[in-house]
Amino acid sequence: MLSYIARRLLQSVPLLIGVSVIGFGLMHLAPGGPLAVYTLNPTITSQDIDRIRIVLGLDQPVHIQYFKWAAGMFTGNWGNTFFGGRPVLHVILERMPATFLLMGSALSLAILIGATIGVLGAIRRYSVFDMLATSGAMVALSFPTFWFGLMAIYFFAVHLGWLPSGGMYRLGEEDNIVDLLRHLVLPVMVLALVITAIWSRYTRSSFLEVLHQDYMRTAKAKGLRAHERLLRHALPNALKPLIALLGIELPALFSGALVTETIFGWPGMGRLFVDALGMKEYPILMGMIMFTGMFVIVGNLLADIAIALIDPRVRLG
Amino acid sequence: MVEPLLEVRGLRTHFPILSKVLRRRVGTVRAVDGVDLTVMPGEVLGIVGESGSGKTTAGKSILRLIEATAGSIAFEGREITGLSTAAMLPLRRRMQIVFQDPMSSLNPRMTVGRILSAPFEIHGVARGAQARGHVVDLLRLVGLPEEAVDRYPHEFSGGQRQRVGIARALALRPALIIGDEPVSALDVSIQAQIMNLLKRLQGELGLTYILISHNLGVVSHICDRVAVMYLGRIVESGPREALFFDAKHPYTEALLAAVPSPDPGARRRSVPLDGDIPSPANPPTGCAFHPRCPQAMARCAVEAPPPVMLAGGHSVACHLHPG
Amino acid sequence: MTSAGEGTVALHVSNLSVSFRIPGGVLPAVDGVSFELRHGETLGLVGESGSGKTLTSLAVLRLLETPPAQVTADVIMFEGRDLHRIGESEMSDLRGARLSMVFQEPMTSLNPLMTIGRQIDEPLIRHLGLSGAAARAQTVELLDRVGIPRPAEAARSYPHQLSGGMRQRVMIAIALACRPSVLIADEPTTALDVTIQAQILTLLRELQDEMGTAILLITHDLAVIAQTADRVAVMYAGRIVETGPVAELFARPLHPYTEGLLRSVPRIVRTPLATLPEIPGVVPAPGNLPDGCAFAARCDFADPTCHQQRPILAAQGPDREVACWHPRHG
Repeated sequence: MLSYIARRLLQSVPLLIGVSVIGFGLMHLAPGGPLAVYTLNPTITSQDIDRIRIVLGLDQPVHIQYFKWAAGMFTGNWGNTFFGGRPVLHVILERMPATFLLMGSALSLAILIGATIGVLGAIRRYSVFDMLATSGAMVALSFPTFWFGLMAIYFFAVHLGWLPSGGMYRLGEEDNIVDLLRHLVLPVMVLALVITAIWSRYTRSSFLEVLHQDYMRTAKAKGLRAHERLLRHALPNALKPLIALLGIELPALFSGALVTETIFGWPGMGRLFVDALGMKEYPILMGMIMFTGMFVIVGNLLADIAIALIDPRVRLG
Repeated sequence: MVEPLLEVRGLRTHFPILSKVLRRRVGTVRAVDGVDLTVMPGEVLGIVGESGSGKTTAGKSILRLIEATAGSIAFEGREITGLSTAAMLPLRRRMQIVFQDPMSSLNPRMTVGRILSAPFEIHGVARGAQARGHVVDLLRLVGLPEEAVDRYPHEFSGGQRQRVGIARALALRPALIIGDEPVSALDVSIQAQIMNLLKRLQGELGLTYILISHNLGVVSHICDRVAVMYLGRIVESGPREALFFDAKHPYTEALLAAVPSPDPGARRRSVPLDGDIPSPANPPTGCAFHPRCPQAMARCAVEAPPPVMLAGGHSVACHLHPG
Repeated sequence: MTSAGEGTVALHVSNLSVSFRIPGGVLPAVDGVSFELRHGETLGLVGESGSGKTLTSLAVLRLLETPPAQVTADVIMFEGRDLHRIGESEMSDLRGARLSMVFQEPMTSLNPLMTIGRQIDEPLIRHLGLSGAAARAQTVELLDRVGIPRPAEAARSYPHQLSGGMRQRVMIAIALACRPSVLIADEPTTALDVTIQAQILTLLRELQDEMGTAILLITHDLAVIAQTADRVAVMYAGRIVETGPVAELFARPLHPYTEGLLRSVPRIVRTPLATLPEIPGVVPAPGNLPDGCAFAARCDFADPTCHQQRPILAAQGPDREVACWHPRHG
C-alpha cells in the first residue's frame, strides 16, 4: 500500500509540471494582456506602459517567464499580483474558507439527497417515483446553472423577498451566523440541484448493476431480509464507482463553482478565478491552476486508496 | 510415404506476469510447455484437458493467433513460426478455426451473407454476385437455408450460429480446421447434429481436424487419435481405442473415471481424483501431476518424465512407463 | 433438524407456471409443471436450454423478480405451508434454513467484498440465532466438512482467492449450514472441470446420506443424472414430459424426446457409431409454441392428434408418468 501511494505521488510530479506548462502556455496565447487595461487610460503614456511591462517581467520571452515562475513556486514564493502586488498565496488562501463553506454544504447535501433518490429509484425501478426522479434529473441537468441561479434570485430574493440576492454577508453583520446562513441558502440550493441530479443517476445505475449480480440472489436465497441484503451486500459493492466519482468531485471543494459564485457574488475561489481571468492576473491564475491540479491528484489518490480499502481484490491482488 | 500435414515440435507459449508497481516480470504462466504433435492429412486429432491444461492456447498458437514463445510449427512441410503477417495471409486460407461460442464469434452487426463472403473478399477470390454464389453453396453445405444470407446472427439458434461459424471456416476450403470446443456451448441434442455435420464434412471434403475439448464423450465419438494435456504438457497420446480403453497415465485414468457415464447401473462410488488443478503460473516441480497422483513416487517430484513411445503409436510421459 | 421419514413428500409442486410480460404480450416459459420431491431422495430435473428447469427452481424459492415474471401455481407445499401464498417475511425465514439453493456460477455467486467465513456465518446467525463466535466455530467445521483445506484460514479469505471448485464447496456449505430438508442445486457442476465435478457430486451424495436432505438436481447433463439421481423428471419447452425412477427411465424411456436425448449422448465405446442419432430441428421459442404437443414437429412418431391436442402428464404404471399420445415401450 505504501509503495502504491509513493508511486502515485511520484507520478504526480510530471503531471503537475505538465499542467503548469500547458496552463502557462495557454494563458499567454490568449490575446490581450494585463496591460490592455492601462491602454484605455488616457493619462498613462506608452513609456509608462513599457516601464510597467519591464517591472512585471512581461518583456521577457515566455519560457523565461515560465522558468522564473516555476523556480519561485518551489521556494514557496508564488509571486505577487500584478494589480496591488499582494502575495498570490495569501490572496488565494483568504478566499478558500468561503468556497469551502459553499461547496462543502452543497456537496454534502447533494450527495445525501442524490444517493438516497438513486437507491430508491434502483430498488423500485420504473415506479412512479423512479420516473419522476429520472425526469427531474434530466431537467436539472439540461438547464444551465446561471439560469437556475437567476431564477432563484428572481423568485426568492426579488419577488418574495425571503432571502438576500447575493453576497456572503450583510454589511456590518459579519459575525451573524443566521445572516450567513440566509446568504448561503440560495447558492447552495442552485449548486446542489445539479450535483444531486448527477449523484442520483450514478447511484441509481451503480445500484442497479449490483442488484442484478448473482451474489445478491445468493443473499436472498440465504434468507437475508431486504434491508440486510441492501446494506451488507449491495451497498459495499455499489460504492466503488461512487467513491471514484467523489474523488473527481472533491477538488471542486476548493476550486469552487465559477458560475454560481459569480451570479451570487459569493467571495470564493470561483469568483477569484473569473475576476483574475478578466484582468489577466497571470500569477493568480497560475496559482489557482496549480492548486486545482494538486487537489485533483490528491482527490483521485484518496479515492483509489478508499477503493483499495474496500475491495480485497485490489488490496490483495 | 505420406507427409504429415502438421508437425509441432517443442511448442512453448509463456505469458509474463508483470508486477503491479513497476511492471517488472515477476513470474511466468507456462500455458503451453513443450508440446509435440504430428497430424496426418485426413486425420481427426482430439486434444483433451481441463482448465489450465493449455489446450486452447496450444490450438491458437498453432494457428499463430497467439505467438508461441518457442518451438517449431511446420504446416504442409513449411515452417511457419517466423513468417511475417503478409507471408501468413495465403496460408490462413489453408488453416482455419471454429470457436466455442457461436454468439460472440459472429459479428452481430453483419448479416450472415456478409460474414460468409468476407473470406472471399479478404483473399481476393471473389466479390459481389460471384461471392454470393459461393455463400449459397456454403450454406447448403452446412444445412442452412438460402434465406439465411440476409439475416443477422441473433435471429438464429445456437446450433445454427455454430453452423455459420463452420461455414465461415470452410469458405476457402482449408486443409486443417481447429475446433476449439465447437460443441460445448450447445444443447445435447444439437451437439449430435453438429458432430454429425463435422464428421460428414470431413469425409466429403477430406478435411483434417484438431478437436479441442474437455468433453471426452464428444472426443471419443469423432476422433481417430487423442492427446491428453495437463498443465501445458501432453501426458499421453495415442489412437482412440488405446487411449480410452488402455490408458497408461494415472491422469488419463482418473479423467476417464471421473467422466459420468450415462448408465445408472454403473455408479462410481469413490472420488477418482482429489485436490485442485494447480495454476500454470506456479506448476509443481518434476511431473506436474505428482501432487495429485495416486501412484506418485519420489522421482516424480524431481524429474519431469519424457514421453515414451509404446506400441502402436501410443505414447505416455510417466515414470511408471520408463520405456 | 433433519428430515422426516424417507419416502414421504418433502416438496409438492402443483401446476406451477412462470410467464414473462413483454411488450406485445405474455411469454410462457414454464407451463403447468407438477412434481413431488420425497425426503432423502435426489430428483433430477433434466432439460435443455429453454426447457424452463432453472425458472422452475427459482420460482419455488420465489427468487424471480415479479414483474417482469408472473408466477402462478395451485400449490407449492412444503412443511405444511404453501410457499406460493405465504408472505415474504415468512418465506425469508424459510430460505437458507429449511430450503436452500446452490447456483451454477461459483465465480459470481459469492460477494467479492466479504470474507468466506462471514458469508457462511450469515445464515447461521440469521436463522439459528447463534452468536458471532459460535457461528464462526460452526463455519469452520462446515468448511472442513465440505473438504476445504485449512478451514480456519479459509474462513478469513476472500472469494477471489479460491478456485471454482472451492467456491462451489463454499456455496454448498452455505446452503447446508442450517441443515435444510430440501436443497435445490441448479447446474452445480456445469461450470466445473470433470475431475472437480466428480468431487462435488460425491460430496453432495455424502452430505445427503449424512443429513437426509432431499435434493432437486437441475442439469442438462444426462450422465450426471444417471450417476446421482433416484428419480428423474424430463422437461421440454416449459413442460414436464416424463418422470420415473432413474434406472427405469434410462432403460425404457417412454417419451420420444427422452429416447432421442438418451440416444444422442455420445458414449465412450470401442466402436463409435458412424452417425450419432440426432433429434432434428430446434426447440420452439417460448412465444412460438405450436398447438398440440410441443415436440410434435421433431417427433418421428407424431400423428395429427399430436399436432392438434396437447398431451397431459398421465400415469403409465407405478411411479411413471408421461405426456405423450404414443409413448414408446408403452
